[in-house]
Amino acid sequence: MFHIYCPHCCEHREEEEFHVKGQAHIARPVDPEALSDEEWGNYLYFRKNPRGLHHELWVHNAGCRKFFNVTRDTVTYEIKEVYKVGEQPSVVSPADKV
Amino acid sequence: MSETNSAVAIMNQVPGSDADVRGESPLHHVGLADITDQSNGDAGVVFSEAGLLGHLTLRCEPSSPLIAVAQTILGIALPLTPLTSVEQGDLVVRWIAPDEWLISLPNDQVFDLETRFRAEMNGHHSLVNGSGGMTVYKLRGRHVVDMLKKSTPVDLHDSEFPVGKVVSTVFAKSGAVIRRTGESEFELVVRRSFADYIWLWIQDASQEYGLAVAS
Amino acid sequence: MSQKNRLQSGGRINRDQPMSFVYNGKNLQGFEGDTLASALLANGIDVVGRSFKYSRPRGIMAAGAEEPNAIMQLGSTEATQVPNVRATQQELFDGLVSGAVNGWPSVDTDLMSYVGKVGGKIMPPGFYYKTFMFPQNMWETYEKFIRKAAGLGRTSYETDPDLYDKVNQHCDVLVVGAGPAGLAAALTAARSGARVILADEQSEFGGSLLSSKETLDGAPADAWVSSTVDELGANKDVVLLPRSTVNGYHDHNFLTIHERCTDHIADKAPTGKARQRLHRVRAKWVVLATGAHERPLVFGNNDVPGCMVANAVSTYINRYGVVPGNELVLMTTNDGGYQAAFDWHEAGRKVIAIVDTRQSPKGACVAKAMDLGINVITGSAVIDVAGAKRVTGVSVAPISADGDMVTGSVTKLGADTVASSGGWSPVIHLAGHCGSRPVWNEEILGFLAGPTVEKRLTAGAANGEYTTAGAIAQGIEAAKTAIDALGKSAVDVVVPATEAIAQYPAMTLFHVPHVKRTALAPKQFVDYQNDVTAAGIELSCREGFESIEHVKRYTAMGFGTDQGKLGNINGMAITAKALGKTIPETGTTMFRPNYTPVTFGAIVGRDRGELFDPERFTAMHSWHVANGAKFEDVGQWKRPWYFPKAGETMQQSLDRECLATRESVGILDASTLGKIDIQGKDAREFLGRVYTNAWAKLAVGRCRYGLMCGEDGMVFDDGVTACLGDNHFIMTTTTGGAARVYEWLELYHQTEWPELEVYFNTVTDHWATMTISGPNSRKLIAELTDYDVSAENFGYMDWREMTVAGVPARVFRISFTGEMSFEINVQANFGLHVWEKLFEAGEKYNLTPYGTETMHILRAEKGFIIAGQDTDGSVHPYDLGMGWAVSQQKPFSFIGKRGMAREDCVRENRKQLVGLKTTDPNVVLPEGAQGVFDPKAPIPMPMVGHVTSSYWSANLGHSIAMGLVKGGLDRMGEKVYYPLADGRVIEAEICSPVFLDPAGERQNV
Repeated sequence: MFHIYCPHCCEHREEEEFHVKGQAHIARPVDPEALSDEEWGNYLYFRKNPRGLHHELWVHNAGCRKFFNVTRDTVTYEIKEVYKVGEQPSVVSPADKV
Repeated sequence: MSETNSAVAIMNQVPGSDADVRGESPLHHVGLADITDQSNGDAGVVFSEAGLLGHLTLRCEPSSPLIAVAQTILGIALPLTPLTSVEQGDLVVRWIAPDEWLISLPNDQVFDLETRFRAEMNGHHSLVNGSGGMTVYKLRGRHVVDMLKKSTPVDLHDSEFPVGKVVSTVFAKSGAVIRRTGESEFELVVRRSFADYIWLWIQDASQEYGLAVAS
Repeated sequence: MSQKNRLQSGGRINRDQPMSFVYNGKNLQGFEGDTLASALLANGIDVVGRSFKYSRPRGIMAAGAEEPNAIMQLGSTEATQVPNVRATQQELFDGLVSGAVNGWPSVDTDLMSYVGKVGGKIMPPGFYYKTFMFPQNMWETYEKFIRKAAGLGRTSYETDPDLYDKVNQHCDVLVVGAGPAGLAAALTAARSGARVILADEQSEFGGSLLSSKETLDGAPADAWVSSTVDELGANKDVVLLPRSTVNGYHDHNFLTIHERCTDHIADKAPTGKARQRLHRVRAKWVVLATGAHERPLVFGNNDVPGCMVANAVSTYINRYGVVPGNELVLMTTNDGGYQAAFDWHEAGRKVIAIVDTRQSPKGACVAKAMDLGINVITGSAVIDVAGAKRVTGVSVAPISADGDMVTGSVTKLGADTVASSGGWSPVIHLAGHCGSRPVWNEEILGFLAGPTVEKRLTAGAANGEYTTAGAIAQGIEAAKTAIDALGKSAVDVVVPATEAIAQYPAMTLFHVPHVKRTALAPKQFVDYQNDVTAAGIELSCREGFESIEHVKRYTAMGFGTDQGKLGNINGMAITAKALGKTIPETGTTMFRPNYTPVTFGAIVGRDRGELFDPERFTAMHSWHVANGAKFEDVGQWKRPWYFPKAGETMQQSLDRECLATRESVGILDASTLGKIDIQGKDAREFLGRVYTNAWAKLAVGRCRYGLMCGEDGMVFDDGVTACLGDNHFIMTTTTGGAARVYEWLELYHQTEWPELEVYFNTVTDHWATMTISGPNSRKLIAELTDYDVSAENFGYMDWREMTVAGVPARVFRISFTGEMSFEINVQANFGLHVWEKLFEAGEKYNLTPYGTETMHILRAEKGFIIAGQDTDGSVHPYDLGMGWAVSQQKPFSFIGKRGMAREDCVRENRKQLVGLKTTDPNVVLPEGAQGVFDPKAPIPMPMVGHVTSSYWSANLGHSIAMGLVKGGLDRMGEKVYYPLADGRVIEAEICSPVFLDPAGERQNV
């Protein structure tokens, strides 16, 4: 049972107030018709499954109903940070750094 | 009336007093009035339903100039700090989300308020009447916190949940908007369809403290 | 007095308060303050159970949660039966009824023991896997017999009469264990102003101090305990939880505590009181002060009743005033074990010998033993035990300094009790629940809690600190660390003065050698509950199991109710030795929740019966109940399914409801449909992006049906959306899809298109919705409104605001039955009023209430789909023959457009929704039946799609069905066959799904 800080309510709440919506930062292609089936399939279905830091989209569905992002360590389950939709993570794994 | 505002439909949903229409709160079928007579003076939890109130959901960006307009109409400052509420007379305004407030007031004042909002709020916002879909449970008593601890995972300790704080959260397997209205007084806003379940739950969770029903 | 092992004085029991109890049908006496175990020992009960595999008689080994043998069935009535209660943890109460859980027909004469006696050779590890696997179809037969013979208790089929409670707790510091370290930690944290929870599994706080003869600041230890507990009890921010086991340590410092509120009073809790309570605790910091368990040594026949861990002997004497025998032999690897012999001696019974495995131990303990005249045999071990249902003697032999072999001749001694101490194992189970691996500590010869990301600290014996003063100091230190981290200032607590006794170094020994090699030696038990022996572990290693996790599963070591509390470290040490590795190299198995068994009642709490799951009601629910509706669960909603009249079968009710609606007028409570209010200047644009069809031109006052797809192009919801104002719409969703659709809209708005000015609000509960449907529906509504409801003024797919039965309403001319329909929406507070007025006016039209089943039939007659029934996530609009509801011309690439253009979505021969007309009109196809084109094809036949909806249509006088069929839309008139499990093959013709009024003349009026 995670204890998650909601960046909109500005306090920690129990996991049962939230839903996880999978990997964060997957933008809908601007022109879907320009994509091949393979590219579309990648957008639609292919997700990371990292051992370590993962950026996830969550929604505070029993609270303010706002979506936000969580950086979580998939090994220790530590939540390293939460940040609002549209913002970028500050905790990233070396492999993801450009 | 501006063009924007006419694009939204509002309706006085409350029958006129001449129509002889009986309104029924979500707990009407329980017959709380009959239970009240059996109330036990020693009860640790005292319950009442404040049904048939008007409830409006206001949506607006907190940075919008419309916030000031809304405050003028309401005659009360909108709570902009998360998880806070304001109360003045019959009017309660609860923070629900950064761009959402739940306003409660007598049901027969709802249409006037909607009318004023439509006339004066020029810009992006919404005001939605949800009066039929909610009811208010009032809970007090020396064991009210103990009972609520069985029902919701939020921390209700005085230091974390002072009077005036409001949270939308899980209540048993349903949800509620919980507000502390006094040292040992809380109010729950619950959805109509879950009202019976939550009432059953409160009875069960109050069992060891004794439950009384107040009118 | 029959309590032959009870001392005349001493202990924390109340001899003025005798208590009667029943064990295996025998009436016995104990005292207030006893556990069931101490009372059984007081009465000289030796055998309390039979072992799992060999059915060997077993006695009480320990005094706490680690007890593997004394597992009891409790309950004086059938309804209050509780299995698998450790007698060492069950407080005695007057009238307690107990029995051993295993042993068949009884523990004293157990048939299965002959299996055991015939020889361990026939039951090696993996015995059940190896023996009972073949033939495979016999396994169920074997299993029943094995379970009956070896089972661990039983539960009742009757309803549990008790209440169980669950409560959410929050604190700054949760202290687990109220021994010296835990009390000190709680005191320090409380004095520093923290919110503290202190939980301990025992009836009293104090832990080891309750059975200790130590002094603190010159006073008996329990004086310090009482003053500390008193101070904590007076602090309003401290929650004290005795009889409460912290059973699970979950992520982010979420812990569960199982409190047994009334199990010490009676079987059944007093009326209105909870029997047990599960605390769900979110703690900012956790201090584990969970103590340590003494390890017994592994030696021949070490399971004969009378064999105990040394510390348990002291606990029974000092805390309960019970000496569990007459003649003691103590075997120890360390000074700590001596205390049992001293306590035994002081109780006035005979210590035959202290067998110290160390070659030449020196120091205070040895000297004291000599002074007391006790025979101390050094450099030796008890290698075997004689006796069956009770120890009668021991074999002692000298052993090598490394403990690997017997070095001399065997001496036999008479004794009825063998206590052993192999050192202590810190109780670190909770520390491992979140995945942290224990770390071996050579200094204490035990595992300590490993590193963690949780805000968790350990103190006292749980941290390998076995002195009282040291434990208290660590408790204070741990609390200070937590307090500092919480940003509070820690208040000093002074460590009380204790007497320090110098200790002579302990010997590393787990497995006592025998003159024969392990495989041939008498059974040397490691895990008592699962009958795992040293020989069994060695065999597993020889058979190739090299990981400790595999050895555990192959031998069953560490399974069962005790989860290896006594045996695991010994087992790991023996495994390590067999593999030629060190203990840290071998590692440990994972500890998992729960630490001790938790009743289902406590887990369930009040989520049972009518509170099991919320039941959602509409505003008209009480009318439905009063009018005899049968209900169907749709999500959490209770929806009327049908309204039977007296004597009617379900089919007769449905036929009546269907005919009445098509011939006159029926009424449906449609309040459960999801309703979402959508406002904003971009509302129309948003609708165009989430629905497949066009919304740009929908006029105010008009309604439109829409299909909603996922990005994959598959239909996931549908419904009608009405234009209330230019920037204002109300969307309806399916009943079950309401929450999902609402979240879906918010997801796209918040994450993809935040620039669109639109707000969504759910108003499902706000409106009571009732649909009157049928040729007389207009006449009916006209009687209740002044509004002109004529077709000219209020046509199909229009909505209007009007007053119905005195109540302001929005009425929608939409139809799910294919009949002329009026969907009346009023604020739910006035819903029942309007509903009843409709019935008053509707009597002359035979207004007939109908439920979801008739709704399903009527819509199927019209070929209208139900998302989730006729679709299953693999069906796009074109598969449904609903291409008319897809606008490829919209400028924005709406959700689903790209998905449904994928190669696989546009190929030939996809499964498509069609109507199915059975050749025999009286046969109703079963929903879910799989179709084939050639019923004579060899099995497995190629399947071409399943029946999604199927009913008897009273209106048409024949059955109707819809189903998915490969290439179905191009196969009109062709046959498809449905072979059923009962051997029948139903033949059907592929047809249009619209069975009634294809031109829509009935609804569009």
